[in-house]
Amino acid sequence: MNLPNRTRMIILLVAVLLLGAVGTGAVLYAADRTSRRDQAQPGGPSVASGAVSLDAPSGGRQLLFRNMAWGPHRDEITTVPADHPDGPRTASGVQCLRFHAAAGTGICLQAQHGALEDTYRAVILDDHLRERRSFPAAGIPTRSRVSPSGHLAAWTVFVSGDSYAGSNFSTRTSVVDVRDWNLRENLEDFAVILDGHPYQAHDINVWGVTFADDNTFYATVASAGQTHLVRGDLTARTLTALHDNVECPSLSPDGTRVAYKKRVPGLPADSPWRLYVLDLATMTETATAEQREIDDQALWSGDATLVYALPGDYGADLWTVPADGSGSPQALTKAAVAPAYLG
Amino acid sequence: MYVADSRGSKAPVAPSAGPLRRGAVPGTVLALGTVSMVTDISSEMVTAVLPLYLLTGLGLSPLGFGLLDGIQNGFSALVRLAGGHLADRRGRDGAARHKAVAALGYGLSALCRPLLLIVHTVPLIGAVIAVDRTGKGLRTAPRDAMISLATEPANRGRAFGVHRAMDTAGALIGPLTAFLVLRLAGGQMLADGGERHGYDAVFTVSSCVAVLGVLILLLFVPNRQQADDPSTPAPSLRDSLTLLRLPGLRRLTSCAVLLGLTTVSDSFLYLLVQRRLGLSVSLFPLLPLGTAAAFLLLAVPLGALADRIGRHRLFLAGHGVLLLAYGVLLSPLRGVPAAVCVLVLHGAFYAATDGVLAAATADAVPAEQRGAGLALVGTGQALARFACSLAFGALWGAVGGPSALGWSAGALALCVAGAAAVLRPSEPVVVEENP
Repeated sequence: MNLPNRTRMIILLVAVLLLGAVGTGAVLYAADRTSRRDQAQPGGPSVASGAVSLDAPSGGRQLLFRNMAWGPHRDEITTVPADHPDGPRTASGVQCLRFHAAAGTGICLQAQHGALEDTYRAVILDDHLRERRSFPAAGIPTRSRVSPSGHLAAWTVFVSGDSYAGSNFSTRTSVVDVRDWNLRENLEDFAVILDGHPYQAHDINVWGVTFADDNTFYATVASAGQTHLVRGDLTARTLTALHDNVECPSLSPDGTRVAYKKRVPGLPADSPWRLYVLDLATMTETATAEQREIDDQALWSGDATLVYALPGDYGADLWTVPADGSGSPQALTKAAVAPAYLG
Repeated sequence: MYVADSRGSKAPVAPSAGPLRRGAVPGTVLALGTVSMVTDISSEMVTAVLPLYLLTGLGLSPLGFGLLDGIQNGFSALVRLAGGHLADRRGRDGAARHKAVAALGYGLSALCRPLLLIVHTVPLIGAVIAVDRTGKGLRTAPRDAMISLATEPANRGRAFGVHRAMDTAGALIGPLTAFLVLRLAGGQMLADGGERHGYDAVFTVSSCVAVLGVLILLLFVPNRQQADDPSTPAPSLRDSLTLLRLPGLRRLTSCAVLLGLTTVSDSFLYLLVQRRLGLSVSLFPLLPLGTAAAFLLLAVPLGALADRIGRHRLFLAGHGVLLLAYGVLLSPLRGVPAAVCVLVLHGAFYAATDGVLAAATADAVPAEQRGAGLALVGTGQALARFACSLAFGALWGAVGGPSALGWSAGALALCVAGAAAVLRPSEPVVVEENP
């Protein structure tokens, strides 16, 4: 453009003012919308502060989860009686993005808000939800589990690479023994055995640990576009593939079956998964009655029922479905994610 | 040839005949650097939050989809060649259309940002990213052509260094800006499902920044560069297709391809840094910042060094530095100091090769075919690096990461030696041009 300098500067100045106003407006609008999340919604669950313990409850089974309902206790770990999941919630004051607990040990994946960026950490909680120890995490929390004994905790985070498309995502999965704090920071370092042979590749990812005992666990290993159910051995540092197309396994309390996300052929690319159950003795797959897409590591409520999160008005709601393929999905409670049963 | 060569005498030399003081960076280069910086702030804002947005804003699991990277790479290469050729064509006023094609490229990418506010599915987001990359492919060659045409041949290394430093600064500022916006817009970043307002604010601010970049280009970059001579005939498609007949360009392109075939991609390098040097996984997200910081600090001094000792020489030396980085990775050294060492060498490699290659290419191509020549070398290098990624991934599966790097280091050493043999005789040959 052959404009005089003065004109060019004026055009630039006006543009900066206009664009600045648009940008500021967008930020203020977003801030206003976000602040509404701190006010409780009419008709939402009632939440009150109280004592939350991870010990076996005396007064019946308890269900714990991250409360997603708007209000002052949003994102806190809350508890409800298991037989009254829609009842008043008792909030612990501990905020977690992902959570699981067993036998007096809790794992809580938290965001830490820093000056220049947010970082994440995995916190091991004692029976009164007090921090015992924390570990830095490399990315966005996605899965967490505690072993039935309460001795081991595992967590998975997403790590994004530096490429624009966000397509070179990878996961990092860590396991720690809370008795001696022996940390296996990256399960990708374990030897992978696929079809009976050692397997190595640059794109191995491990996620979704579920514990059988204090040495054996199950998880998903992915490489070259394939996912595999593996049985892991902490002492031998091995991951042995058992079955294909299994993500986010969850072992039943009796140790005979694994509930998991199966990528079902013919479904849309951005909602490919359905909830299945695999019998480990026979390797037979059973589809559950849940027909919607699921992106969660399911939880067993006893040996017959699965609990899982589905997208809801306030982020996520909890649902249940029988594990044997019968029945139909039932809503468990609204505005909740990352459940764990105690007792 | 270079003015710099005559500066041995004791007598204070008055600023030479050119319109610029020796050493001063032309306003056009600063304007283009600003455009790149502003545009990079805009695009890196989106890059930084996109994974979080897909995961928590849209509730999509990143492992549920793979975006079509391979096809996209090939398509981008073609777009870049087309951008270079179209930019060399002449408009009604007889001037080359570098600015127009660059504006089209920047404009296309700027249009993509507000689109992110309205598309919410993976295929559509993938399409928006594809259009954004098309814009990037289109603008790269004309932009570099304008930098070369606006600068005295003797100062080009430094001019490209200044541009690359500004560009990298934008890439570092972008994620910080995005974080600041998210923080101002709503405390908690990570709210699963349906919580999109903070991200929408990031996309809106990013759009505004992108528009500003295009505006600065339109207002402050001249339509015609000083070395662009309207009396020369506009190159035909055949001229662009037969560019490789120029011996200097042929040599440079073959070297860029040869060396690109042994340049292990950033993501593989970071993976090896983390695993082999025993870094905590929580440090992994910081590795690209290390490279970028070193690139930012070294781009200008190394660009100026290239002007003094020769661009080909520095381009080769840069790959020697990369070889050193591989060497540190393969050595028994471990821990954070070794990682810092690798990243500084990696950043120095970029500073010694990225802008320097463009400056060397400008020497080898006449002004009227500058865009197509730059596109050719850049595309050759990009495709070679892509091929290297595929090969390296396969090699990793066969022999493991460290061994794959060992093989790559050997191949890189051979290619550097080969490239040195090819480039040596061409050093004194510089295409004459009328400033």
